[in-house]
Amino acid sequence: MPRKIGEPILEVDDLHTYCFTRWGTVKAVDGMSFSLREGEALGIVGESGCGKTMTALSLLKLLPRPVARIIKGSIKLQGEDLVPKSEREMRSIRGRRISMILQDPQTSLNPVFTIGNQLIEAIQIHHDERRRSLVRRAIDGLKQVRVAAPERRVDDYPHQMSGGMKQRVVGAIAISCEPKVIIADEPTTSLDVTIQAQYLRLLREIQEATNLSLIFITHDFGIVAKMCDRVMVMYAGRVVESGPVRDIFNRPAHPYTQALLSSVPSMDEDVERLYSIAGQPPGLWDLPIGCRFAARCQFAEDRCRQQYPPAVTIGEGHTASCWIAKGT
Amino acid sequence: MSLIVFTLARFSGNPLDVMLPLEATAEDYERVAKHWGLDQPLYVQYGIFIGRALQGDFGMSWKWPGRTAMGLVAERLPATLQLAGFALLISALIALPVGVLSAVKKGTGWDAAAKVIALMGQSLPGFWLGIVLMWIFAVHLGWFPTSGRGGLQYMILPAITLGWFQVAAMMRLVRSSMLEVLDSEFVKLARIKGLAEWKVVWKHCLRNASIAPLTFFAIIAGVLMTGSVVTESVFSWPGTGLLVIDAVRARDFQVVQAVVIVFAGIFIMTNLLVDILYAYLDPRIRLR
Repeated sequence: MPRKIGEPILEVDDLHTYCFTRWGTVKAVDGMSFSLREGEALGIVGESGCGKTMTALSLLKLLPRPVARIIKGSIKLQGEDLVPKSEREMRSIRGRRISMILQDPQTSLNPVFTIGNQLIEAIQIHHDERRRSLVRRAIDGLKQVRVAAPERRVDDYPHQMSGGMKQRVVGAIAISCEPKVIIADEPTTSLDVTIQAQYLRLLREIQEATNLSLIFITHDFGIVAKMCDRVMVMYAGRVVESGPVRDIFNRPAHPYTQALLSSVPSMDEDVERLYSIAGQPPGLWDLPIGCRFAARCQFAEDRCRQQYPPAVTIGEGHTASCWIAKGT
Repeated sequence: MSLIVFTLARFSGNPLDVMLPLEATAEDYERVAKHWGLDQPLYVQYGIFIGRALQGDFGMSWKWPGRTAMGLVAERLPATLQLAGFALLISALIALPVGVLSAVKKGTGWDAAAKVIALMGQSLPGFWLGIVLMWIFAVHLGWFPTSGRGGLQYMILPAITLGWFQVAAMMRLVRSSMLEVLDSEFVKLARIKGLAEWKVVWKHCLRNASIAPLTFFAIIAGVLMTGSVVTESVFSWPGTGLLVIDAVRARDFQVVQAVVIVFAGIFIMTNLLVDILYAYLDPRIRLR
C-alpha cells in the first residue's frame, strides 16, 4: 500500500531551546521552523552536537531539567501547541500521539524487567484493560516488528536478545499506542549494516501500513536517500537547507550541504583520502552574528560574516539560508 | 577465623588471675589449670577446642559456672538480633527514600540537608552518640528510659545509635547509584512512553540502583553485630554484645569464642542471603 502524504500534522515554528549551564547559555536549537505532513518521512541531518537530538527532545518536552528550556516558539501537534502544556498533559500525549526510538538498543530497555513487561507498561498507560488482553496486545506488537516466536519472547529479559532484536522491541514500544508521529534518533547507528538494512525496511513497512509520520535523525545521507521524502540540514542549531530529498541530492545549494554530500564516499570512484570539512563547528555558547558556517566555508564573503543570511527559495519546497546560493 | 579469635583471646592475659582469689597458692593455680586444660601447649588447646566446636561443644563458661558458653550466647542472642533488626529496619526505611529523593532533587536544599545528616552519622562515634542521646532524650527530656530492655521505647535510642552510621553510608550509596541510573537511556524511554515520574523513579530506577546498596547491606549486618558491643554496653542492653564485654573482662575465653563464632555465622548467612537477593533483583545474575 503506497503512503498517502496528507495534511501537516506537526508544525514547529521558530523553536528556541537553550541550555543554561555554568559556562554560559548554549543555544542548542536556535530558531527552527518546519512542518511534517501525515505519512511523510522527514530527515534531519547534521553533524554531532548541532542540535538534532535537542530538537527531538524539545518536541517531546523531555529536555534535561533544569538545564534546558524551550525559550520561544511553538510546536503544534494536530493544531495543538505543546509548548504551554503541563507535564501531566504531556504524559498523555507522549507514547500515544508522539513517540521516539532511541539510539542505543543495548541501553534503552530496562535490564531488570522482561520485554513483555515493558511493552505492556507502555500499552497500559494509555489503555485501561485487563492483564490478559494486554499480554495479547504485547504479543501482537512483537509480531508486528517480526520478532520470531513472540509468545515465548515476551518473557525474555533484554540481555537474552541481540541488539537488532532489542531495537525491534524498542520499535514495538514506540508504535504500541499508535502514535501519529515517531521520532527516530539515529536508530540504526549501533547496529551492523545488514541488521540496519532490515530494520530500516521494517520501519518503512510499518510506516506504509499505519501511515504514520516519521522524523529521522541521522548523519547518514544513505539512510536519508532510502527513507525520507524531505530532508533538513542542520548546522549549529539552525536549519541551513531543506527540501525534497531528490532536489537536495541533485542540487545542493548551501555550501555546507555540498560539503556534507562530498564527504559521503562513492562506490564508483577510488579515492585516496575521504573528503572532510576543514575546521570545527562553532561553539553553541559563542555563535557568530553572521552565517554560522562562514568560518569553514570556502565561498565566504564579508557579508556572510556580518549578517545572517535569509532563506532563499531554490526550487519548489527547497530553501537554503545562504548569501551566495542562487535562487530561482 | 577461629584461629585468630583463639589466639587473640589468649593475648588478653591469664584467665586464672581472674578466676582464682588473690590468696590462691601456686598449687591452686596448677590444679585449676589442669582441670581446664590450660596447662597444655597452645596448639593442643586449639586442637581440643576445634575438635569439640565441630561437635557443637564450645565448652563451659568460667565466669558463669554451670553454664555452657553456647547456652549463654543462645540466651542473649534474641536481644541482639532484635536490636540489630530494628536498627536495620529503620536505617533502610530512612536511607532508601532519603537517598532516592536527594538524587531526584540533586543540588537542592533537601539534598544538602541530607548530606549534613549523612556526614554527622559517619563522623560521630557510637559510644559518644549513645551517651549524648541518652543525656538529652532520657535524662533531660525523659522521653525514653536510659537503659535496659523492655518495650519499644527501650529500643529507640540504642537503635538510633546503632543505625545512624548505616543510614548515612547507605543514603549516600543509594543517592550515587540512583544518579547514575537516572541518567540512563531506559529511563528516557520510560518517560517517552508517558510513564508518570514517580513510577519512573520508584519502579525503573530503584530496582536497578539497589545492587550496590544491597552489597553494602551485607557489610552492615556485620557492622551491626560488632557495633552492638559498644551500643549494648552504653545502654546496658542485655544482648550478646554486653555478654562478650563481660566475658572479655573475665577472660572467659569459651564465651568469647562462642560469641565470635556465632557472629561470623550470622555474617556468612547474611552474605548468602544477599547473593540470593541479587539474583532476584537482577535477572542477568540468574543462571540459565
